[in-house]
Amino acid sequence: MSAATGADSPLTHMPASELSQRLGAREISSVEVTQAHLDRIAAVEPQVHAFLHVSADEALATAADVDARRGAGEELHPLAGVPIAVKDVVVTRGLPTTAGSRILEGWVPPYDATLVEKIKAAGLPILGKTNMDEFAMGSSTEHSGYGNTHNPWDLDRIPGGSGGGSAAAIAAYEAPLAIGTDTGGSIRQPAAVTGTVGVKPTYGSVSRYGLIALASSLDQAGPCTRSVMDAALLHELIGGHDPRDATSLTDPATGYVAAAKEGVSSDLRGMRVGVVRELQGEGYQPGVLARFEESLEALRNAGAEIVEVSCPHFTYALAAYYLILPAEASSNLAKFDGMRFGLRVEPSEGPVTAERVMAATRGQGFGDEVKRRIILGTYALSAGYYDAYYGSAQKVRTLIQRDFAAAFEQADVLVSPTAPTTAFKLGEKLDDPLAMYLNDVATIPANLAGVPGMSLPNGLSDDGLPVGFQILAPARQDARLYKVGAALEALLEFGWEGPLLRRAPELTGGVA
Amino acid sequence: MSTTTSVDLVDYDDAVARFDPVIGIEVHVELGTRTKMFDGAEQSFGEQPNTQITPVSLGLPGALPAVNGTAVEYAIRIGLALNCSIAESCRFARKNYFYPDVPKNFQTSQYDEPIAHDGWVDVELEDGTTFRVEIERAHMEEDAGKNTHVGGSTGRIHGAEYSLVDYNRAGVPLVEIVTRPITGAGERAPEVARAYVQTLRDLFRALGVSEARMERGNVRADVNVSLRPTPESALGTRTETKNVNSFRSVERAVRYEISRQAAVLDGGGTVVQETRHWHEDTGSTTSGRVKSDAEDYRYFPEPDLVPIVPDPAWVEEIRASLPELPAARRRRLQGEWGYADAEMRDVVNAGAVELIEATVAAGASPAAARKWWMGELARTAKQQEVELAELPITPAQIGALQQLVDSGRINDKLARQVLEGVLAGEGDPEQVVVARGLEVVSDDGPLLEAIDAALAAQPDIAEKIRGGNLGPVGAIIGAVMKATRGQADAGRVRELVLERVQG
Repeated sequence: MSAATGADSPLTHMPASELSQRLGAREISSVEVTQAHLDRIAAVEPQVHAFLHVSADEALATAADVDARRGAGEELHPLAGVPIAVKDVVVTRGLPTTAGSRILEGWVPPYDATLVEKIKAAGLPILGKTNMDEFAMGSSTEHSGYGNTHNPWDLDRIPGGSGGGSAAAIAAYEAPLAIGTDTGGSIRQPAAVTGTVGVKPTYGSVSRYGLIALASSLDQAGPCTRSVMDAALLHELIGGHDPRDATSLTDPATGYVAAAKEGVSSDLRGMRVGVVRELQGEGYQPGVLARFEESLEALRNAGAEIVEVSCPHFTYALAAYYLILPAEASSNLAKFDGMRFGLRVEPSEGPVTAERVMAATRGQGFGDEVKRRIILGTYALSAGYYDAYYGSAQKVRTLIQRDFAAAFEQADVLVSPTAPTTAFKLGEKLDDPLAMYLNDVATIPANLAGVPGMSLPNGLSDDGLPVGFQILAPARQDARLYKVGAALEALLEFGWEGPLLRRAPELTGGVA
Repeated sequence: MSTTTSVDLVDYDDAVARFDPVIGIEVHVELGTRTKMFDGAEQSFGEQPNTQITPVSLGLPGALPAVNGTAVEYAIRIGLALNCSIAESCRFARKNYFYPDVPKNFQTSQYDEPIAHDGWVDVELEDGTTFRVEIERAHMEEDAGKNTHVGGSTGRIHGAEYSLVDYNRAGVPLVEIVTRPITGAGERAPEVARAYVQTLRDLFRALGVSEARMERGNVRADVNVSLRPTPESALGTRTETKNVNSFRSVERAVRYEISRQAAVLDGGGTVVQETRHWHEDTGSTTSGRVKSDAEDYRYFPEPDLVPIVPDPAWVEEIRASLPELPAARRRRLQGEWGYADAEMRDVVNAGAVELIEATVAAGASPAAARKWWMGELARTAKQQEVELAELPITPAQIGALQQLVDSGRINDKLARQVLEGVLAGEGDPEQVVVARGLEVVSDDGPLLEAIDAALAAQPDIAEKIRGGNLGPVGAIIGAVMKATRGQADAGRVRELVLERVQG
């Protein structure tokens, strides 16, 4: 194989599935692939700023090791040697981990998250840690403590959030695979606005051990990729039971790749696809709705039965979410106090007591959105308010779970637009938290119920920006996402004569 | 910086004559599991600070708890032994508060769903009567780390230059046992409190769930005390005295609070609901922080853990495998040993049950075992101001000693010398006998020599005996015993003396 390194190497534009095959056939080396991505990162990062930390040396060392082992005839994981980027909310031994917050600046974890252990054991070179809204609170990555990430489709626009870094890295061909986390849409909404694929697995499918918790009962890690098949490959790698996470399911993470392969034939006869009445209409951009209708038509042509379902309590999902999330977050974020790790700020005047150091550290280390949610959550859990707020929100959550159960009686999967609009401009909603929160109106119900969801690109809106299509399945039926997703992807790409992402403007390496 | 202000106290007898005390006790016991409550970190006492830790113990970002199954089993054992109902399903909650010894700034604890609830335990008082204490709940939680405040005069945080935190203890499994208000104890409330904590300590040991060493803080008690005019009145305002960590202190703290609160009420004041600190040195309590509604722990169900649903079959298995509990065991042993009630009570109060049991197992008769432990050894322990069990002698050694007596190799008098040798660290009884040459002289030769010498030295007595008056034989025997340094068998000496004068 020719030394295909350089900013526009085809190696960076290949799906992980193809890299995997070529690496396995020893047509290409992992060092080549890894170096190509590092070169691409060097070229486009000044414009995109998807990474908070690039671990070039470690990635190349892993790549060289994989090449040597493969050369010696060792049987390796299919993804061995395929580089990956990891959202900075996932702890990585020896690599700085900040969760996008200044309060963790310089912290180097002494241990690996379970999913990182699996990535390392399988021999995927870790390219670096990706940018995100601070502690995953946000839908634009503008709340990062380390500056914005730019949407590769339009550098003046947001890449979505909280996992804007992972999605932008994928969209800008800086990495073929990335890890995201999704608490209310942080994998799916960035995927939608960057024209990439993102999957939030069933709650408990991927271990949370080593994910810096935002809201424990909602958080779930998952794949960010450029194709449905790549997402299936990555999901099978990172999923499965982990005794260190008490909420981890015992199911093995298998069958996703097979389901995606099955879907490619685009035969969806017998599949009932439910359109959620409450997740469309008012507040959705006309271009978003138009693409959605076209995708439904494509599914119908593939033999699927389209039915309309109603989930009346989804109307209250956003309100319940913004009580449960801040409540859990206020407690999860209490440990950031300057006592054991990360930033420590001593008050500039007055006595240096533990309490005052904690207050000074948290006052300086946390950004405004984090403080806003800690205050909300502390209030929601306070004596005398608990029943009215946290208690009521949990009841709504139960009602939403029942809505899903009823809807899945009528349909095998549910579908909706992933986000109501395409990517908005940087700064546009920064001063309006409620407008920002509304971005996640379609993705939040899945987190509240623990069901899996996928977003895949289904066209461009009138503004020329990508739109996402969301598929939801019953808990532990993640395979259905891959089957339906792969089918729709094949149909759409046939029409587009290639991946949607090919239509994104080429990044030229200039300064944004 | 404890300021000593003089506090009015009402004489105890006067206080309990005019007020009815109500107490309530919270006991924390550290479980002796190999690892921590939610964490694979090992836990054992006295290791170097911050060596028994993992990312979970330290509450590092990303770390998650996972419940220790053995700790749950131990908690169920405790619940069953306290005649509690075991919850069909229960959850952990987060108790949120900021403090450096709590690594996550919340403690994971059971709040409204304890694993065991609604039980009772019978407590035996010194006079042998029993008092039933009702148990409200027993729940699981994790311990905090340990703070050391350096540079202050009192070891308290106030005035300290800096503080050190050892997280080895953070996450150690605890079970907290909470009584219902204990009423009807009257003037014996302090004694009931002490006996209750002691009963629990014995129970923890018998169940094998904890070493239950008070001096290591394995068992810690918080005592609540309130007074009311009569047993018919509504409950008065209570104070909670924290971390009272010996049996004696539990009794003293209750007694002190009764006298103090009586004085407050006599003076027309009201008792403040507050936590109080216990001072071992002065035997008094001082005001800690005032408990008010302002203290809001914002409890909510721990989202990182799933509910604990003990399989009823498993609970029954645990129930069937419970060891014999201390009260039943005492009754059984008393029957086996044939002790009178008063004798058994003394043995129990002296903490000698296990010692006597082991001594009997080593071959001594129950009567002989009791004679040693409650006699010579009890006196020695008292002189040295130590517990019986702390004496440097084992039940096996007492058993061996008694066997030497029973076989006639030594007599009682020699046995006391052997005991002295063992206590002095000279080895086992056999070794002491040999080393000190204390064996009974069984060869008649040396005895006859000594007898002849004694008769010759006291011719008048010899004459009387020859004349048939056996009264003074004792004087000769005494002289022989003295000459042989007590190593003669007095019975044999008597036989030989009579043979000699009459033969």
